[in-house]
Amino acid sequence: MRAIQPLSVIDLTMAYDDFILQQNISFTVERGDIFIIMGGSGCGKSTLLRHLIGLKPPQKGKIMYADFDFWQADAAEREKILQRSGILYQSGALWSSMTLAENVALPLQRYTVLHPPVVRELVEFKLSLVGLNGFSEYYPSELSGGMRKRAALARAIALDPELLFFDEPSAGLDPVTSRHLDELILELRDSLGATVIMVTHELDSIYSIGTNSVFLDREAKTMLAVGNPKTMAQETENPVVIDFLTRGTGKRPR
Amino acid sequence: MPVESPAWLQRDVVCHLWSSLHFRTVTSSASYRFIPTAPGRSTLQLSGCWKASCSIPELDEIFGRLPAHLDHLKITAEDSLNWDSILLVFLSHFLDHCRKKQLAVDLTGLPEGVQSLLTLARKSTSRPLNKEKVQTGMIARLGQGVLDIFARGRDLARFTGEIVTALVLLFRGKAYFRFRDFFYFLQNCGADALPIVSLISILVGVILAFVGAVQLRIFGAQIYVANLVALSMVLEMGAMMSGIIMAGRTGAAYAAQLGTMQVNEEIDALRTLGISPVSYLVLPRMLALICMLPLLCIYADLLGIAGGSLIGVWMMDIPLYEYFVQSKKGLHMWQINQGIIKSTVYGVVISFSGCYQGLHSGRSASAVGEATTSAVVMAIVLIVISDAIMVVIFSL
Ligand SMILES: Nc1ncnc2c1ncn2[C@@H]1O[C@H](COP(=O)(O)OP(=O)(O)OP(=O)(O)O)[C@@H](O)[C@H]1O
Ligand SMILES: [Mg+2]
Repeated sequence: MRAIQPLSVIDLTMAYDDFILQQNISFTVERGDIFIIMGGSGCGKSTLLRHLIGLKPPQKGKIMYADFDFWQADAAEREKILQRSGILYQSGALWSSMTLAENVALPLQRYTVLHPPVVRELVEFKLSLVGLNGFSEYYPSELSGGMRKRAALARAIALDPELLFFDEPSAGLDPVTSRHLDELILELRDSLGATVIMVTHELDSIYSIGTNSVFLDREAKTMLAVGNPKTMAQETENPVVIDFLTRGTGKRPR
Repeated sequence: MPVESPAWLQRDVVCHLWSSLHFRTVTSSASYRFIPTAPGRSTLQLSGCWKASCSIPELDEIFGRLPAHLDHLKITAEDSLNWDSILLVFLSHFLDHCRKKQLAVDLTGLPEGVQSLLTLARKSTSRPLNKEKVQTGMIARLGQGVLDIFARGRDLARFTGEIVTALVLLFRGKAYFRFRDFFYFLQNCGADALPIVSLISILVGVILAFVGAVQLRIFGAQIYVANLVALSMVLEMGAMMSGIIMAGRTGAAYAAQLGTMQVNEEIDALRTLGISPVSYLVLPRMLALICMLPLLCIYADLLGIAGGSLIGVWMMDIPLYEYFVQSKKGLHMWQINQGIIKSTVYGVVISFSGCYQGLHSGRSASAVGEATTSAVVMAIVLIVISDAIMVVIFSL
């Protein structure tokens, strides 16, 4: 298997037709990083994720998985990389007409040749990792918003991925569950050796688990800062970044 | 002669052989051994590949080899152990078994990742809430079916009631009604539907004339083709055809729109704002279709007669003027009105079915599909039933 890490973004321009969202985006995500994409609402964080996971070709620039140029390759090659990553969408995106068990089982059925009983056990296990054992026969519409998020997480980790993409995993979760989720993300990284790339607004998680980050700004249409969020909060001179990282109070952490 | 197996089969078999060879050479399989350490104590050492792609030993096999009189088991792993979630599933089952046998297990010899994920999965406290499928007998199911029919009837009645109250409120100027939507739907189920209605009604006219001409020519009564086409278009086919087209085109669209709004909680959002979804969403759609369907019906009548005249003029050499005079002689105003009344009723039942099914759709993609299907089926059934009733009434 070819290496797909580190992931680097080189001089990326994101746009919807003529409407340019962000320009000159470059950063590198090392293996084992928990990489945070930050920025105000509507600055293009979800769009950046869509570029990284092959849903939208960039207008300009490159996305490199190790030495593999993601958007130059054909669709089959891209799929091989996506097979090794797990994705949690901002709205969960569970398939509404399938039960939780079927939702989590689909990636396993698609990419492995396991026997149905083994798949079932794996699904139960993944659901219990996110604290949803016993709910396997439920449909997404019968769950609370936070439970749906967790079920979507179980689906994202179904294939023990090397790369995890999360779009606001803790939005809609209570503080305790949200901290559990942070712990779970850490566990997953440490135990499976996964790399995590996530969009989040939760300052708590940003500081407690983030090891590297990029800050996008809507007005400047480019990134304002890169680096470890804690150091970023202490060292940056940019008022927008300071505002964001201190919730507008200007008081830097510790 | 040897039978050739199809190419794909051969390729599959080769692939399969190749992949099993591949696994055997590249990765070792899962292996384990017991190492006794002290009386009553033992170590289970895991090594090799414990992944989804390797074969994992059965629990029974392992318990069969368990040393006798054991009360403490330590599980360790060789450094080279290769694992993924399959190992975790296995260990989870293993621990369940050990707990049943009251065997103490020490996991500290395992890689840290394995330990932490196992603890995480096993501490999850949500109770087993697996939904049970209640087995019911024949009679119970029959009874449930009858109750469901009543419940359905109550739903339909309630929906009708809501529409009527919304209408009353609308006429008193108190309903929350978006005229912009209303005009949009007028255009959508009026002007936008003209091409398909034109095509179908011209062809229906042609077909009627053609079938009639073959019969009437035997009696030398070709000219009566005009009467035949005019009467059947005006009485039945104009209303019926435009109704069925609109059931498939607009009724289905209504159900899909409202069903999707139901899935996205948009309907709930309206309710909590104190806006009745019936007056806000259903009324503009219903009124637009009820206004437009009679017009479409008149249009279809005219085009059907025109279609019939094509056959009359070209195949039977009836002069165009004479054809139209004959058509006009064969028709009474009351017959035209009958068609228009019918199509108004069809407008009601089509938009009713579409909106009812949409608002009562479940909250999933497939439920929206079902709602759309039922909307069309319900509309067509109601069209035919109401047609039969009206034919009887009009003939009294
Ligand atoms: N399909 C689309 N077509 C055109 N513009 C779009 C499309 N999707 C998003 N946009 C625009 O792109 C911008 C960025 O959207 P994006 O979803 O990436 O924001 P975001 O940073 O994820 O915000 P949030 O934190 O609120 O989720 C927004 O201004 C949005 O209006
Ligand atoms: Mg977003």
